[in-house]
Amino acid sequence: MSIAPAIQTDQVRKVFGDYAAVKGLTLQVKQGEVFGFLGPNGAGKTTSIKMLLGLISLTSGTASLLGKPLGNRDVMARIGFLPEHFRFQEWLTANEFLFLHGQLLNMKTDELRSRIAELLERVGLSDYRNRQLRTFSKGMLQRIGLAQTLLNRPALVFLDEPTSGLDPVGRRLVRDIIHEVRAQGTCVFLNSHLLSEIEVTCDRVAFIRHGEVVRVLSLASLSTDQISVTIRVSNFSAESLAGLSQWGKDIQMDGEQISMVIQSDASLPEITRYLVAHNSQVYAITPNRMSLEDIFIETVGKDGGL
Amino acid sequence: MKAIWIITKLTFLEAIRRRIMIAGLALGTLFLIIYSVGLHFILIQVGQTLNDVAAGRAILQAESTNAFLMAGLYAITFLSIAMAALLGADTLAGEINSGTIQTIVTKPIRRADVVLGKWLGFAGLLGLYLLLMAGGVVLSMFFQTHYTPDHLLRGLGLIYLEALLIMTITLMCSAAFPALATGAIVFGLYGLSFIGGWIEQFGSFIQNQTAVKIGIITSLIIPSESLWRRAVFEMQTPLSGALGMSPFGTISVPSLLMVVYAVAYLLIALIFSIHIFQKRDL
Repeated sequence: MSIAPAIQTDQVRKVFGDYAAVKGLTLQVKQGEVFGFLGPNGAGKTTSIKMLLGLISLTSGTASLLGKPLGNRDVMARIGFLPEHFRFQEWLTANEFLFLHGQLLNMKTDELRSRIAELLERVGLSDYRNRQLRTFSKGMLQRIGLAQTLLNRPALVFLDEPTSGLDPVGRRLVRDIIHEVRAQGTCVFLNSHLLSEIEVTCDRVAFIRHGEVVRVLSLASLSTDQISVTIRVSNFSAESLAGLSQWGKDIQMDGEQISMVIQSDASLPEITRYLVAHNSQVYAITPNRMSLEDIFIETVGKDGGL
Repeated sequence: MKAIWIITKLTFLEAIRRRIMIAGLALGTLFLIIYSVGLHFILIQVGQTLNDVAAGRAILQAESTNAFLMAGLYAITFLSIAMAALLGADTLAGEINSGTIQTIVTKPIRRADVVLGKWLGFAGLLGLYLLLMAGGVVLSMFFQTHYTPDHLLRGLGLIYLEALLIMTITLMCSAAFPALATGAIVFGLYGLSFIGGWIEQFGSFIQNQTAVKIGIITSLIIPSESLWRRAVFEMQTPLSGALGMSPFGTISVPSLLMVVYAVAYLLIALIFSIHIFQKRDL
């Protein structure tokens, strides 16, 4: 029997009045992977997460979590969720807050108590366990929120902008915890627009624009997949330019500078030979690996999909 | 069931931590002190005045104590209703607005559990409040005059039902609208019910059937005031029932059918609360 995907959606759509926030989301996320959900503001990322969690109804389409239709209570017991702009019952102490959420997850009291102690230690809040949340700083609240998300050792975790408003130490903690839970086999669905965060934590990313997946990318292949090359050359005729297309695409020439995107750096020596064979003077060939940010801009456009 | 109970306990804890309980208790105690002291001096004055009246002294004394007791209970009813509206208005609306609700309803529980848990919590809080306040007034009267009204428990039960009704309507509105709008709607309805009750009373006094009908129709829209009038009817002395109008007495008595109607109204409002909250995008 094959393992059900952690998340599967098919043409999921959400319309508010006459505005389609999510136009048709089709997505598959495997169990155990860290999946980044990228897109400009207003692309429908939070709305999509809320639909998957049953907070918002679907206008149309179908979706499942861990192989079961949305809203299944057994599945909800195996899920963790850290909402964007987290706000919790600030009149509870850290300990009480975690206890409440553990109880709602049907956890047994003994198990819950030891799990709370463990998580408070992990997020560095053990000394504050009996303080009310209203006295917590934003970073501390995010930490307690993260602890809440992990109480039930979930199979699937949704983190909606988990690092927003966090200082570098807090961001590092979030990143480390993501790595830890991934090592335990938890699937993490990460919604963020901090691309550097995504780049170091995610296995795969989906780019969303207007509530549609425009591209899914494996970050493991990112380093070799797309290399933009800048070539400084003189005496190169524009007619010979077309010949470069056998090694790459997006070829542009601006004075003595040629830029292009190649698939593999194995092409670099061949390109060099080609340029020399066409009697040009080659001064520099500089490969630039594309960052996620370059791909983001290329994929969703400079207008941010507005 | 377990989830309902968790939410109920949470609702109690919230009332304590957010100092709603302590505020209610402190001002309630002040209310009872002022009521008791006021009652003490009034009773002295009434006693002196009645010394000059030979005939019907016992009747007049019973009438005045009953009237003063009803005045106290009337104030408590209003306070309980205000408490019911204040507790209920911010609860769902506030948690939807702040997003607090998001980590609750994404747990393996039904949304209905959240509504029912809160309802039970508020019902408990209102019960405690009413017990303390009405109990205080009745006891104060009892210790000073040895008077207890007829059908006391039935009367207090009706007042409790009225507070529960207002709380449930508030909860229903809170599932659909923001807190302030909820407050405006509930107090608006209460005002409607209040004036409808008076129109019915006057109508009954001057024997104008149209006015009485207007009152009854208002009671069908919102039956809270008719519960108070039924409570007064249960607890008033036979004489003031026969004599007619007083601010805290009643002539046009809502029927038992109206009480049944109010209970049905409450249950339907609770079902609607659950339904609206279940359908709502959070």
